[in-house]
Amino acid sequence: MTTPYQQPGAPFGTYTSPIPVRRAHLGDALASEWTKIRSVRATVWTLGVMVLLMLGVGLGVAAIVSNANVDTEGEPALGMGFFGVLLGSICVMTLGVLTIASEYGTGMIRTTLTACPSRGRVLAAKAIVFFLLVFTLTTAIAAFVAVVQTGMVEAPDATGAQWLRATVGIGLFVALLGLLALAVGSLIRHSAGAITIMIGLMLFPLVAAMFMMSESLQDLQQALLEYSIPSQLIAIYSESGVSESAPAGWEPVWIMLGVTAVALGAAFAVLNTRDV
Amino acid sequence: MIEAVGLTKRYGAKTAVYNLSFQVRPGAVTGFLGPNGSGKSTTMRMILGLDQPTSGHVTIGGHPFRQLPNAPRQVGALLDAKAVHGGRSARNHLLSLAQLAGIPARRVDEVLGVVGLQDVAKRRSKGFSLGMGQRLGIAAALLGDPQVLLFDEPVNGLDPEGILWVRNLMKKLASEGRTVFVSSHLMSEMALTADHLIVIGRGQLLADMSVKDFISANSADFARVRTPQTAPEQREKLTGVLTEAGGQVLSEPDGAMRVTGLALPRISDLAHDADVRLWELSPHQASLEEAYMRMTQAAVDYRSTEDQLAGLQQPVPPGYAPPQPVIPEVPQQGWYAPPPPGQNPYAGAPAAAPVAPQAAPAVPPAAAPAPAPAAAPDLTKRENDEDAR
Repeated sequence: MTTPYQQPGAPFGTYTSPIPVRRAHLGDALASEWTKIRSVRATVWTLGVMVLLMLGVGLGVAAIVSNANVDTEGEPALGMGFFGVLLGSICVMTLGVLTIASEYGTGMIRTTLTACPSRGRVLAAKAIVFFLLVFTLTTAIAAFVAVVQTGMVEAPDATGAQWLRATVGIGLFVALLGLLALAVGSLIRHSAGAITIMIGLMLFPLVAAMFMMSESLQDLQQALLEYSIPSQLIAIYSESGVSESAPAGWEPVWIMLGVTAVALGAAFAVLNTRDV
Repeated sequence: MIEAVGLTKRYGAKTAVYNLSFQVRPGAVTGFLGPNGSGKSTTMRMILGLDQPTSGHVTIGGHPFRQLPNAPRQVGALLDAKAVHGGRSARNHLLSLAQLAGIPARRVDEVLGVVGLQDVAKRRSKGFSLGMGQRLGIAAALLGDPQVLLFDEPVNGLDPEGILWVRNLMKKLASEGRTVFVSSHLMSEMALTADHLIVIGRGQLLADMSVKDFISANSADFARVRTPQTAPEQREKLTGVLTEAGGQVLSEPDGAMRVTGLALPRISDLAHDADVRLWELSPHQASLEEAYMRMTQAAVDYRSTEDQLAGLQQPVPPGYAPPQPVIPEVPQQGWYAPPPPGQNPYAGAPAAAPVAPQAAPAVPPAAAPAPAPAAAPDLTKRENDEDAR
C-alpha cells in the first residue's frame, strides 16, 4: 500500500497519548449517568414536583380526615399516602422517559455511544442510576408522609409488614414503574410519544373498564379494574386487593417487576441492532 | 488508519452510500468532500458503529469500532455540534463523557482551555452560538487524546478566527502522527487544510487523491476565444492556426473555444495574422471550487445509467479509486471550466497509473504536430459520443 501523500510526520506514525489508558467499565458509566441525571433541570422539576405532590396531597388528605373524624374502618392510616404517590408516579414516569429519550431528541446519544460503544452498558447504567435515585427518594418521602399521617389520624396501628410495604414496597413499585417508562422511552426514542404511552397505560384500563357494561365483557372489565396501575398501588397498602381475586400485598410489586424486566429486555435487544 | 471496503448503506429504497472503498492514513489531514446529502455523515456514522452498513465493512486500526478496545481513547469524533443536551453546562457535558470513557476529570478543564470555552464552562450549552457549539464538539472529540479523529463539518458557524484555529488544529493533530478525517462541503476550505482528498457524490467515490494532484489536475488557466458566429469558417481557420502554434483547443457548447498553452497576446497576434476577427478573448481560471463542483455535478449524470455505474466501478482497486470517469467527462459540462486539454492530469500520481492509458487517447498529449483538420472532427466526435449516451 504505497501512497503518494504519506510524507508528513513519521511514516505510518501512530500517536500515543500520555494520558494513562485504562479500560472503562460499568462503574465509569454509572458515574457518567449520575453526572448526567443531576445536571439537567428535568430531574429537579419532575422529582421536585413528585416530592411536593406526595407531601402536599398526603398531608392534606390526613388533615381533612382527622378534622372530619372519618372512620377508617379498621384500616391503618398508611393507605392515605396512595393519592400523593399516584400523582407523583406520573412525574417519575416522565423522568424515566426523559432519561433516555432526551438523548435521542438532542442527538446526544450519538456522542454517548461514540464515547462508549458498549450500548448495553450505557442502558444498564442509566437504568441502575435512575432506579436507585427514584427508589431512595420515593421510599424516604413515603416513609416521612406515613409517619406524619399516622400521627395525625386516629386509626389502628399498622403492622410491621404493612409499614414495610407502605415504604419500601411503594418505593420499589414506583421505581419499577419509572424503569418501565425508561424502557418504553428507549424503545420509542421519542419523549412525547413515550410519555403519552405511559400515561395511557396508567389511565386507559380504568377508563376502558367504565364503559364495558355488557355482560360478555364482564371478565375483561374485572381484569382491567384489578390490574390497572392505580388498583395495584392501592393493593400494596391493603391486605386484600380491590376484589377477592385481585393481587394484593407484595404481589403488585412482583407483577411490575416482571413487566419491567420484559420491557427492559426488549430495550436491550433492540438497542444493539438499531441505527442511532 | 481507517479502512472502508465496499461500504453500502440503504435506507429503504434510497441508497445513501454505495460501494465506498477508501483508506484514511495517519499523519495527514484527509478531507472528505461532497455536496449536501452525498452520504458524508452516513459514512461517518458507519465508521463509528452508530449505523450498521447494509453491506461492506469499515475498520479503525483493523477493528470495527464497536469491537475496539478502549474505543474512546482511540477514536474521537465531532458528529454534530448540536448533539448535546442543551440543559447541561459545557463542563458537565464533557465531564459525563470523560467519566464514561474512564478519562481523568482534570482532562475536561484541559480541553475546555484548548477550545477556549473555559469562561463559559458553567453555562448551559443551550445558549451557545453555533461556533461555541462547534468548539464544544471539538473539545469532546479531543477528550480522549485519541489517535484517530473524525470531524463532520467542523468549521460550520465559526468566525474567521475560529476557522483559522480549526485549520491549524487539524494540521497540528496530523503532524503528531494522528489520523485526521474531516468532512466538508467547502472545497476552498479543504484545499487549505487537507493533504489528501476523498470526494464523494451521491454516495459514491468520485476521487481519492492528494490535494497536490487534485490542484494540478483541475486548476488550469485558459483563454476563451470567440469568433464571429456568422463565419464558422473563421473559427475552423483559427483552430488550425492555434493548434499549429502549439495551443490546445476545446470547443464550448455555445461555440466559443477554450485555448490553453498559448498566452493571450500570442492568440491575438495569431488571429491577426490569420485575418480572423475575434469577438472575445478573455483570460479564465478554473478554481478548485469549480473543479469540485463539476466533479460532484457529474455524479448526478452518472446516476442516470445503471450499467455505466457498474462499468466504472469495476476497474477501481479496492480502497484506492482514482476518478478516471471524471476528467474525460468534463467537456460536456460546458458551464464549468474543463481541465487543460492535452495533459494527463494523473501523470504524477503513481497510484493512478492504470488510468493513464484510458485518459491518453481522449486527450492526445502531443496535439501540436497533428494536422489542423484532424483536430476539429475529433472533438466533434467525442461530443457526439457523449450526446449519444
